[in-house]
Amino acid sequence: MPDLIRLADIDKSYTRGKERIAIFDRLNMHIPAGDFIAVMGPSGSGKTTLLNLLGGADRPDKGTIEFDGKRIDNLKENELARWRAANVGFIFQFYNLMPILTAAQNVELPLMLTNLPAAKRRDNVATALKVVGLEERAKHRPRELSGGQQQRVAIARAIVADPKLLLCDEPTGDLDRATADEILGTLQLLNRQLGKTIIMVTHDAAAAKFAKRTLHLDKGKFDERELAA
Amino acid sequence: MTSLLNQIATITALNLRTIPQRGWMSIATVMAVALATLVLLFFLALSNGLSKTVEGSGADDIAIVLREGSNAELNSVVSKDQLNILATGPGLRRRDGAPVVSGELLVIVDGIKRSTGTAANMPFRGISADGISLRKGVTITEGRMFAPGTNEIVVGAGLLREFAGFEFGKSIRLRGSEWTVVGVFEAPGTVFESELWADIAVTQSLFDRPNIFQTMRFALNSAADLATFREWAKADARLKGLEVLSEREFYAKQASQSSGIFMIAAWGLGLTMAVGALAGAMNAMYSSVAARASEIATLRIIGFSGVAAFVGTLIEALILSALGGLVGLILAFVFFHGRTTSTLANSSFTQLVFKFDLSPSLVASAIVFALVIGFLGGLFPGVRAARQRPLLELAG
Ligand SMILES: Nc1ncnc2c1ncn2[C@@H]1O[C@H](COP(=O)(O)OP(=O)(O)OP(=O)(O)O)[C@@H](O)[C@H]1O
Ligand SMILES: [Mg+2]
Repeated sequence: MPDLIRLADIDKSYTRGKERIAIFDRLNMHIPAGDFIAVMGPSGSGKTTLLNLLGGADRPDKGTIEFDGKRIDNLKENELARWRAANVGFIFQFYNLMPILTAAQNVELPLMLTNLPAAKRRDNVATALKVVGLEERAKHRPRELSGGQQQRVAIARAIVADPKLLLCDEPTGDLDRATADEILGTLQLLNRQLGKTIIMVTHDAAAAKFAKRTLHLDKGKFDERELAA
Repeated sequence: MTSLLNQIATITALNLRTIPQRGWMSIATVMAVALATLVLLFFLALSNGLSKTVEGSGADDIAIVLREGSNAELNSVVSKDQLNILATGPGLRRRDGAPVVSGELLVIVDGIKRSTGTAANMPFRGISADGISLRKGVTITEGRMFAPGTNEIVVGAGLLREFAGFEFGKSIRLRGSEWTVVGVFEAPGTVFESELWADIAVTQSLFDRPNIFQTMRFALNSAADLATFREWAKADARLKGLEVLSEREFYAKQASQSSGIFMIAAWGLGLTMAVGALAGAMNAMYSSVAARASEIATLRIIGFSGVAAFVGTLIEALILSALGGLVGLILAFVFFHGRTTSTLANSSFTQLVFKFDLSPSLVASAIVFALVIGFLGGLFPGVRAARQRPLLELAG
């Protein structure tokens, strides 16, 4: 498989007050298309920061990020927003649905950034909800849904614009085992049947088993042997 | 482009639908803007009604002569001799060979304001027989005109509505003499409705001002004759120190003086309250942005632009303030538009009766006023919304 993502010599630090906190120092990594990676590591090791960089939500201080052979690290803020809309689906620990909108309206949000006509948007929303098995709940609001169902809505929202990459930050951190396994099964399905490349941050070793491989991150460094494998 | 409009529409709809969650704050904003608008409109309508009434009293083909530099009739003196000379001037309209002239004297008498029961200054005007025909639109609605040479009074309908003491048929003692109200006249939308009229010669003698006039009115053949008449009067040394104005010019001058004060009050108080409303609006919008911080961050990650977040916030502020402006307008129409009031017309120190008047242009100013509050109130919170970083952690 060709690489979907290449990170080369990435430096990233945050300043808090006068203090400068280095998160990544010359990080290198490449992710083949169709991979499903679980990223594990202690709190503060830089997992979320990595997802922000991979998803174009943040920019590195130094180094290059290539996606599908094109650099994204030098895009402007609004170009990056457009790029995100077309190429990345995000899945959050606490779902981040709009409480006032129905499931279908939540799923439709990314399509508001396209020029698709309303009828086509409706079709795509219905398809995405079907993929996650929630077509019956289209008219429900988040508070009328269980945690697992809400996360399914969030997954539908993440895939509705058909991005190549899915980034998940602790997608099952708020769910019980059985529900978590259902969600993870769905992610596995998206990876295997629809060819989505998935990077999932998790603290849960059982969750990581659903991925093709697991990478451990500590203080901004990956385990070199795992990375090479 | 369609996408940006879509984004703005989506974010705005989200903002507006979550307003009920910030209900009290939003209502407070609306009410603050409404109140500021109401105060502004109150004084603007007062100013507008006053100037409309005063200006509406003036005709172009009537000349008024008074002492130069006397803004008010009360300060003016014109002698009987000067009146006789002026009556020989060019361009004057004649009836049965004689010019249509009214030498007039204005004195102040006491009336009682009905709403408060307090004493107030009423303008009492001595006019000559031609005085009525020199005023357009005057009709006697009750009783009859005063008879020349008698102690009879006719009273303006506006004055009668607002002030007590001059009811039809009543006998009144003024300066030691007995007067009788023999008629009521209407002259809608003019200052005349706020006056009492009586015979000039009787007024001069009973108020102890023999042969003194303050103003003179002359009917002109046409408006174009004013200049001729004015030039002629200027050239005559015996008429030195007198000023010739068209009736319209005369009242326009008075209107601008008195309505100017209300104008200053309108914008002075209106803007002061606007500052309060602005602080309220800004506060409401900042808390709206804070309450939606995680929603905005999520939308930004999905790919919504900062511009859309900014515009969405701005539109929310504009809608709240427009709503406030609308409430203010409705209250203004309910509470005072068209309502009769009276005030001290400052040039003659007498009461003038007129109506609050909300013209379309005042309505437009009120709406613009409210929208400016909303725009300024939404501007900085909007910038904060636009700066919300699209980071995953914040969205959690
Ligand atoms: N926007 C920011 N500004 C300043 N410091 C930040 C910012 N985001 C993250 N950090 C810091 O960078 C370090 C790495 O954070 P990151 O969120 O990537 O960790 P993490 O591995 O996701 O941790 P956790 O498992 O707790 O979610 C932490 O020390 C964090 O405090
Ligand atoms: Mg994290």
